[in-house]
Amino acid sequence: MAILVDKNTRLLVQGITGREGEFHATQMLDYGTKVVAGVTPGKGGQTACGGRVPVFDTVREAVEATGANASVIYVPARFAPDAMLEAADAGIPLVVCITEGVPVMDMLRVKAYLDMKGTRLVGPNCPGLLTPGEAKVGIMPGHIAIPGPVGVVSRSGTLTYEVVYALTARGIGQTTCVGIGGDPIIGTRFVDVLALFEADPRTERVVMIGEIGGNDEEIAARFIKEHMTKPVVSFIAGQTAPPGKRMGHAGAIIEGGAGTAADKIAALEAAGVRVAQHPEQIAELVAAG
Amino acid sequence: MKLHEYQSKRIFAQYDIPIPQGDVAATPQEARAIAGRLGGPVVVKSQVLVGGRGKAGGIKLARSPEEAEQVAAQILNLTIKGLPVRKVLVDPAADIRQEIYLGIVIDRAASKAVMMASSEGGVEIEEVARTKPEAIKKLHIDPFIGLRSYQTGWLARAIGLDATLVQPFDRIARGLYRAFVENDASLAEINPLVVTGDGSLLAVDGKMVLDDNGLFRHPELAAMRDVDEETPTERTAREADLSYVQLDGQIGCMVNGAGLAMATMDITKHFGGAPANFLDIGGGAKADRVATALRLILADPHVKAVLFNIFGGITRCDEVAKGILTALDEVKPQVPMVVRLVGTNEEEGRRILNQSSYRMITATTLAEAAQKAVAAARGELEA
Repeated sequence: MAILVDKNTRLLVQGITGREGEFHATQMLDYGTKVVAGVTPGKGGQTACGGRVPVFDTVREAVEATGANASVIYVPARFAPDAMLEAADAGIPLVVCITEGVPVMDMLRVKAYLDMKGTRLVGPNCPGLLTPGEAKVGIMPGHIAIPGPVGVVSRSGTLTYEVVYALTARGIGQTTCVGIGGDPIIGTRFVDVLALFEADPRTERVVMIGEIGGNDEEIAARFIKEHMTKPVVSFIAGQTAPPGKRMGHAGAIIEGGAGTAADKIAALEAAGVRVAQHPEQIAELVAAG
Repeated sequence: MKLHEYQSKRIFAQYDIPIPQGDVAATPQEARAIAGRLGGPVVVKSQVLVGGRGKAGGIKLARSPEEAEQVAAQILNLTIKGLPVRKVLVDPAADIRQEIYLGIVIDRAASKAVMMASSEGGVEIEEVARTKPEAIKKLHIDPFIGLRSYQTGWLARAIGLDATLVQPFDRIARGLYRAFVENDASLAEINPLVVTGDGSLLAVDGKMVLDDNGLFRHPELAAMRDVDEETPTERTAREADLSYVQLDGQIGCMVNGAGLAMATMDITKHFGGAPANFLDIGGGAKADRVATALRLILADPHVKAVLFNIFGGITRCDEVAKGILTALDEVKPQVPMVVRLVGTNEEEGRRILNQSSYRMITATTLAEAAQKAVAAARGELEA
């Protein structure tokens, strides 16, 4: 058991003939992920990744021919909204969008449409999903993770790798690592992933890595207090971030005094979550039980 | 990207929102000419991209063109929150009966745009949210349906607007929503929206923030960026496509990934130091990028040590190490460097750095790296 992706996931790669798309598709294949199809309009009939993956012109054709049930998107930002809509329209239940820089105005419509279609979106602007030993969907480095009982969910990329690496170094493995992305409008939020981990029999404890901006961590704190039986360890990045400045991620900004690390830490601690003071403490707190 | 008040109001005017018929001046003489043309009392308003202009003396009333010239001269000499005033907006003074707030932002939790209105206009909406939250009325806007007149009608009544103003309010509210959507805004705000003495509505102040990710669709808006409002370093960073924010500490930070960059700043503070900047060099970390980033960091005279924190995932540590060495050849920094390389090919990366002629302080854990950077910045540790 794991959440969202496992060894049975049949993955489609949108933008597979691009530089990023093909590189990461090969990495995912090498990890053991079942990459069954790729899509690039105008390149249908070709193959990618050294002949290992058939390419189709449209998602619909790819799904009909291969039974793909998840899609990962590597197309440039101005084409990403269409790619997400196309995947949902073809009935794919899980869409992971890696692309950074998708305009918020597009995301408002995309999210509303995908919700209507019953498609789960992870991202955009996210590192994707990794179920160690089973499937890698996105850009997380597979070798830093090992199978085990900890669920990891994060708004960040390299900070997540850092934490997973530290867990693995202590021999603590992971069920699934989920990067939900650093944009203001994202498909899957902390509470969604927390609910999945709570329901997953193999996940015993959860690490949640948040950052400044928005109030997703506060909403997660309420959810943890009311619905979670499994222990949660957290870290919030950006305790030294000044207000009004965007810290790299489109969503990481303290606006009008809201979205500070202090508020988030207080909310989480009030919900019984142990909050690490710096990233390396996370593994210590998890190891302490 | 933030727009100035005059830029925001000009956009609003394109959507049939009534604005005062003023103009922008860069000199006191121009301000006088505009005031003369308008006739009657005017308001001279500094155009800087920060809040609190009024309190800083950046907004003043003038009763004659001569007074407008004097007042403009004073205001054009001001520096407000570190930003020099380079332009003033000269607007006819409005006859104010009531001040309303009307704004649109993105509600992340609802994944929708939300329109907010309040009878308590003229003060910052955050202030109203703190002191009198019940005075703020909100409605979410479906991206497919848009904003409808029945909704604006509800909003107008909810904030106690006179029945005769419901229709003009509807026009303004729906115009503001179209301005918000069509210009890829993340904020569009009229504060105050004034009910004038003769009973009409007027957008006396305006503010727009645009989504940088949407600017590729709006070259005409991208061209409105006021580069004078950035520090030279921020400008160089933006042009090099690096995420950089200047802070006031002594430890320069160079990190791959935004979350890790924030965490690196935090841990520096945790161990008694202060970060000089936020900097995400992104994936890949090619030599020229590392060099540009290093130059940015060292351009800040307060920097007493540089902390490199690189987590190699897809990016390989040996490549980053080569990038760092090439950058050092080019930049030749005079302050101590603390380097932490972890992840893919970390041993090879460390070996490359150790074999170079540069003396660097190395660390394996993040805590160790931060502690060493703090000590190095105090002159207590050398390579």
